[in-house]
Amino acid sequence: MPQQPTRRGMRLPLNWLGLVPFMLFALLFLILPTMKIVIGAFQTQDGSFTLQNLIDLNTSSIRNAYWTSIKLSVATALIGGGVGFAMAAAVVFGGLPKRIRGPLMTFSGVASNFAGVPLAFAFIATLGPVGLITMWLRTEFGINLRAMGFNLLSFQGLVITYLFFQIPLMILIITPALDGLKKEWREAAAVLGATGLQYWRMVALPVLFPSLLGTFALLFANAFGAVATAFALVGPQLNIVPIKLFAQIRGDVLGNPNLGYALAFGMIVITAAANTVYIVLRIRAERWLK
Amino acid sequence: MTRLFAWLALLAGCIYFALPLIGMTEFSLKMRRGVYSLDAYRKVFEDPSFWATFGYSLTLAAATIVVGVLLVVPTAYWVRLKLPQARPYIEFVTLLPLVIPAIVVVFGYIRLYNTSSILPLTGSAIGTDFLLTMGYTTLALPYMYRSVDTGLRTIDVATLTEAAQSLGAGWVTILAKIILPNVMVAVLSGAFLTLAIVMGEFTMAALLNRPAFGPYMQLLGANRAYEPPALAVIAFAITWGCMGLIQLVTRLAKHERAKA
Repeated sequence: MPQQPTRRGMRLPLNWLGLVPFMLFALLFLILPTMKIVIGAFQTQDGSFTLQNLIDLNTSSIRNAYWTSIKLSVATALIGGGVGFAMAAAVVFGGLPKRIRGPLMTFSGVASNFAGVPLAFAFIATLGPVGLITMWLRTEFGINLRAMGFNLLSFQGLVITYLFFQIPLMILIITPALDGLKKEWREAAAVLGATGLQYWRMVALPVLFPSLLGTFALLFANAFGAVATAFALVGPQLNIVPIKLFAQIRGDVLGNPNLGYALAFGMIVITAAANTVYIVLRIRAERWLK
Repeated sequence: MTRLFAWLALLAGCIYFALPLIGMTEFSLKMRRGVYSLDAYRKVFEDPSFWATFGYSLTLAAATIVVGVLLVVPTAYWVRLKLPQARPYIEFVTLLPLVIPAIVVVFGYIRLYNTSSILPLTGSAIGTDFLLTMGYTTLALPYMYRSVDTGLRTIDVATLTEAAQSLGAGWVTILAKIILPNVMVAVLSGAFLTLAIVMGEFTMAALLNRPAFGPYMQLLGANRAYEPPALAVIAFAITWGCMGLIQLVTRLAKHERAKA
């Protein structure tokens, strides 16, 4: 990308004034509120420094909440990433008609934004106790999903529901990366006698690896911070971190406001780590895919 | 062989995505025993709370779009024109809402702007609405900024500015009459995405206790059987509409450019 011409002589310190409204907004409504949470996590009720809040997170209930959240995020990121990759690869390399691609990308844009309360309704109407598929399997085939141990309002149900926005997000992000795999690389590999499998193992996957890992991190963070879908599907009693925090903000269920800060601080640490991985790896990936 | 697997992968995906959409549509039509009817939709549309919350969220979406545009367009323009060295920092700030979960941001609002603070925004309805608008603006910020910044990349900001200045235009005129029309497609794309995000948003509105569409849907879902899938169909149509409009403006712009 060409740099815009700038004239050095005009670059007075006053230029910074143009950024004041944006900076003020970011400070008041993004940075200070977050700082308040982070600082609160290290304070006692009367304001002195402590690590006790973070230590107090180590109860079985909170540990379980973090563990379930992490499992849910890893599972949906892995499955969503895998299925999304397969669908994107099918469209890019699979020899499918070109017409499919546009609608698939548009639909992915819609579905990745169709999260939250209505998504939960859609799955309840489909796989819930009297949902379309549940009833169809029971009346047509005599299969009772519930008796087989399936319950939409459980971990597996959450995974199935979250995939509805995880898969399209993967398709949206990985398709440009797949486009970046040059035909010449495949031909060069073929000329040197590589099989299709060898090409994937030794050329394509190493090139794609930063993109894949980075997108995995993004999907992980996306699932980890989601509140509305799980809340509308299962309700406030579900023990995952964002819903626990939701209940704590509404009614101090932990009985200690500063423990709520610590809970939120833990969320920031985890999503920040995942997003840092994403951003760093994306910068690496873009070196190859220009 | 590859093609067979490609078709299978695509087909499996399509079935997975189609079933919940069919499921919610079918369920929403089943309110009257034995026949399909639009009763659930009629019930929803007859509910005054539906219109009140829908209108409330629509108003907030409009406010969010206005604030977002007023904030993002001048900033992105200024950074391109005068402060290219500030670009990485500004970009980092615009990406923060993806890093910090919305629930954490709103938790900070509640603690920072409560009734006993210097700026007691949550003390009044209008103050809370303002706070919610700001919250929605942060949610939209990553998409809005990226969209506008990409739009600015395609025009020669420096030349346009100098030409306008030599004709005597001030900063407001330049922004409103030169820059904004040139990045209109990017602004509209960002605006429709913002609309889609705000209409379905639940967490911030619920925790700030405002009567928005997201919390209304959740409440109805906890108490009714047939109206929620009808709402899901309506919400899906809104999301689809917003994405369709983005495609439309982008395509129209390409068409215009090709003609010119």
